[in-house]
Amino acid sequence: MSDEQPVPIRLLRSFAMFWWDFLVGDTPEIFVAALVIIGAVALMRDVGQFNAAAVVALPLLAVGALAVTIRRAQRAARRK
Amino acid sequence: MFVATTVSSGVVVLVGAVFLACAVEMVEALTIVLAVGHTRGWRSAFEGTGAALAALAALVAVFGPALVRIPLSDLRLVVGGVLLIFGMQWLRKAILRSSGLKAKHDEDAIYQEVVAELRAAGSSPDRDRIAFVMAFKGVFLEGLEVVITVLTLGTSAHRLGLAATVAAIAVALVGLVGAVVAKQLSSVPENAMKMSVGILLMSYGTFWTGEGLNVRWPGNDTMLVVLIGVYAAATWLLVVTLRREFPALSEEVAS
Repeated sequence: MSDEQPVPIRLLRSFAMFWWDFLVGDTPEIFVAALVIIGAVALMRDVGQFNAAAVVALPLLAVGALAVTIRRAQRAARRK
Repeated sequence: MFVATTVSSGVVVLVGAVFLACAVEMVEALTIVLAVGHTRGWRSAFEGTGAALAALAALVAVFGPALVRIPLSDLRLVVGGVLLIFGMQWLRKAILRSSGLKAKHDEDAIYQEVVAELRAAGSSPDRDRIAFVMAFKGVFLEGLEVVITVLTLGTSAHRLGLAATVAAIAVALVGLVGAVVAKQLSSVPENAMKMSVGILLMSYGTFWTGEGLNVRWPGNDTMLVVLIGVYAAATWLLVVTLRREFPALSEEVAS
């Protein structure tokens, strides 16, 4: 079916698939975590002491996200 | 003096991240090229490699100047987010591999696999299309991640030329070493390199995400060193925790 599509559509599809695999792939939780981190820090803009809070929150949230994705892989390994 | 110190720490991290990312991907690409060369002849292997490198260089040349035109804070926010995701993916794999929860990248096994696939494809005529395509795909696909790293790190730091030069040096150096050691690429400490790249990419990703959100980092670029320390400590802690929970797997990795 995909062979019947025009070349530009196929190229666009491949391009989109590449970015999907690259950013989401088999670890969607990492993609979601990055969006949550950016969103959370952006929301903190209106809070007093934004800069100090953001300097601490950004790496802490990233470490938290890393721990969550590792924990997820660990649970999957246990199930096996 | 302070300015020189802060600039150099940012540059050192940039050079380190690009060089290591490029070297790791090149080792993986070189395994495929060596397998193609030994099995089907070097001419098509080199032609495929050359064509892939030219295509990758063209991508940098086309997209690099285009990215520079995007407003810096927007660019850094997007690039920061991408690097954060990319860095976490690399670090996750490296942590799982070093604790035994995921099989390590085995260059010997990949080499044997490619050789078997190529032998099954039949005889090699003068102009070997299969060998060309195999070498091209291997180098191009592995190189795409390097291109993204070079483009994102290079444009955000306004040092695309430096990033591209470092990547070219890494390609040449790994190619040279690979030609000397031939099939012994499995002895390259690939997982440790991947772990380092993951830490560097996450650090840069955090830094630029912050910059894109108007965060003023204490000490400017020097904060990158602090972020590297934080992520290295977190990585160590996660590896130690996993090894304690899965001692049998860790022993397998050690042996």
